[in-house]
Amino acid sequence: MEDVVNAVVLVTNFLVVPATAYGCQLALGALGVTLVYGVLRFSNFAQGETMSFGAMVTILFTWLLQSWGVGLGPLPTALLALPVGMGVTAGLCLLTDRWVFRFYRRTKAQPVIFLVVSVGLMFVMNGFIRFVIGPADRVFTDGTRFLLTVREFKAFTGLSEGLAIKTTQTLSLVVAVVLVVLLFWFLEKTRTGKSMRAYSDNEDLALLSGVSPEKVVAVTWLIVGALAAVAGTLYGLDKSYKPFTFLSLLLPIFAAAIVGGLGNPLGAIVGGFVVAFSEVFLTYPYRKFLAYLGPEGWRPDGLVQFLSTDYKFAISFFILVVVLLVKPTGVFSGKSS
Amino acid sequence: MSDGVEPLSVRLGRTLRRPGKTALFAAMAALICIVGLAQSWSLALAILNLCLISAIMTLGVNIQWGYAGLFNAGVMGFAALGGLAGVLVAMPPVTAAWRAGGAGVLSALVLASLATVAAVVVYRRIRHPAYRRTAVALVVVAGYFAARALFEPAVRAIEAVDPSVTGYLGGFGLPIVLSWFVGGALAAGAAWAAGKISLGLRADYLAIATLGISEIIVAFLKYEEWLARGVKNVFGLPRPVPYEVDLQNAAWFQEWAASLGVSQVDLSSIVVKLCYAGLFALVLVVLMWLSEAALRAPWGRMMRAIRDNETAAEAMGKDVTARHLQVFVLGSAVIGIAGAMLATLDGQFTPTTYHPLRFTFLIWVMVIVGGSGNNWGAVLGGFVVWYFWVEAEPMGLWLMDFITSPLSADSPVRSHLMESAAHMRLVVMGLLLLLVLRFAPGGLIPEERR
Repeated sequence: MEDVVNAVVLVTNFLVVPATAYGCQLALGALGVTLVYGVLRFSNFAQGETMSFGAMVTILFTWLLQSWGVGLGPLPTALLALPVGMGVTAGLCLLTDRWVFRFYRRTKAQPVIFLVVSVGLMFVMNGFIRFVIGPADRVFTDGTRFLLTVREFKAFTGLSEGLAIKTTQTLSLVVAVVLVVLLFWFLEKTRTGKSMRAYSDNEDLALLSGVSPEKVVAVTWLIVGALAAVAGTLYGLDKSYKPFTFLSLLLPIFAAAIVGGLGNPLGAIVGGFVVAFSEVFLTYPYRKFLAYLGPEGWRPDGLVQFLSTDYKFAISFFILVVVLLVKPTGVFSGKSS
Repeated sequence: MSDGVEPLSVRLGRTLRRPGKTALFAAMAALICIVGLAQSWSLALAILNLCLISAIMTLGVNIQWGYAGLFNAGVMGFAALGGLAGVLVAMPPVTAAWRAGGAGVLSALVLASLATVAAVVVYRRIRHPAYRRTAVALVVVAGYFAARALFEPAVRAIEAVDPSVTGYLGGFGLPIVLSWFVGGALAAGAAWAAGKISLGLRADYLAIATLGISEIIVAFLKYEEWLARGVKNVFGLPRPVPYEVDLQNAAWFQEWAASLGVSQVDLSSIVVKLCYAGLFALVLVVLMWLSEAALRAPWGRMMRAIRDNETAAEAMGKDVTARHLQVFVLGSAVIGIAGAMLATLDGQFTPTTYHPLRFTFLIWVMVIVGGSGNNWGAVLGGFVVWYFWVEAEPMGLWLMDFITSPLSADSPVRSHLMESAAHMRLVVMGLLLLLVLRFAPGGLIPEERR
């Protein structure tokens, strides 16, 4: 019996906890993609760099706070700097909309032109970010590192497997839940949120009913920028901040948004967790897990790993392919045509 | 003015606004000559060779974007497949590795293809949707694990064969020029798979699918050491042109260098680069001729009709998705050819050099700046953008040095700015793309109205 509990703890420690934190980060990123898609009707390739930009601003402000000796005790100082990062990133999104996207919206350019433009923007931002903060790895976590350490858990339960929960992982979950609740309250209950959904569902009808398109677009960018800054900062806190990683985060984010159905916020959240859990569960070596469950003293020969971690992001691609082949509108029926 | 003679100012204005393509290409040649005179002819020829390869890659993207409006975000992956073809075709086979694991790898591949066929058969035979899905999933998973059981020991055996030098299966030992065709074929195959999945859906899906497939291709090339040594790289791909050392040792060459009054080392490097340039130019001319012919043919007219109004073309009985797939595969094949040529020029295959900034984004800037929809424009874009990409590095450093000169030499701001100057190149290229798209969407040589 104890072996089974050990196996469960092992899976929780190495799979469930990290995948939940990663899922929250992906879900916030995918929400940005899906909101832009719903309102502006294009896939924003600059989303990854927007997250990176938000994290960068937060890091810079965190360093400033740290140099002043301001901190949050057990919590990371970055949490205090986060509102600044959200604000600046939201401002940047408004500016890029004004300078870049608005022209094409007014000329009613084809969606694919928006796509190319967002790729151009992505590279400008990528270069700018590396210009400001450099391409190196940055660790900016401070405060208490663990909420629950392996040693404490083992002493408490007497099991041979330990369970550790990092502060940043808990923070990812708490912040994501708070933001998602706020977002859905905004979309469902407020007048602006309702007009956003109306505009996303049927542009012509919404315009007829007196919804102001520029206002809807501006509010969307504000939300997308703020969410992206949070997603980027949480990812950077949990792992580390490196400008190049955001380029490869783009694929899981798009996969998450498409799995849930582009344009569907609830779908983006579910998609984020589907992608995160598949990535973590399919690249984990189950050797030790099976050893616990099998007969005494037996161990599987190989690592019992479905796919090497080198191909982590191939999983998001395969999920994407399966969804495109089976149900291109996504699980929650977003827009496909 | 009624007799049709335009005032000089109007004619002059038009000439100034739109220089002809001959003038633009002449200006480009002059720019390369300036490098030859100011820096060195060897460098000028090195730039020219990469310009030619870039132009071919750009031609491939233009076939997809300019003819059909398809957004390929995975140029990098198709170019990398071309590079792989260079290794597979030209490197000598490693017989020990083939003996150790060749049979295992081949049987794993056969098993995997059998499983794929079985999955298709099951899919066609079973009517009930729920059973069908379960059955297909079972066949795929069983096939995957069975193939892996054969594959893994074979790979370990292959990678154990003299790992510091080989540790891979090697190639077929054929002339490397053949790899240009093979590279095109490999890229076409990958493009067919990506297109089959995502074409017919929204344009966004093709972009995302190609982005994904190119990252997977590059990851595959990095980690599958049995195939092309992965990050250990393959060096010394055979050349289609003579080696410098052989030239320097030849008696006729020594006499020739003496009669010209230049050093043998300089002359041999220039001759080798000229040989490459000749080969590449030949490929470019052939591809250009084919592309232009296709654009003028009824096929090109049909492609433009589809691009400009899909619904109308569909109403006229054109199979839009099939045409899109066709043009996507063709364009990717051209990119694959250019990728193989690049590996030939480098003489090595290094998977880590395939970076989206260099291979996807830069090629896109070339197409947009040059003129999407116009083959001449795309080629010119390849030349111009590559030239400035290479020459921007010294220019950027010089500029940054000039801007920061008021600061003291050991100021941290100054050293940070100097270190970061290289990243500015990217910002400039991105801005160039955005500005051209916004203010001159036709590019340097816009599409002709036909």
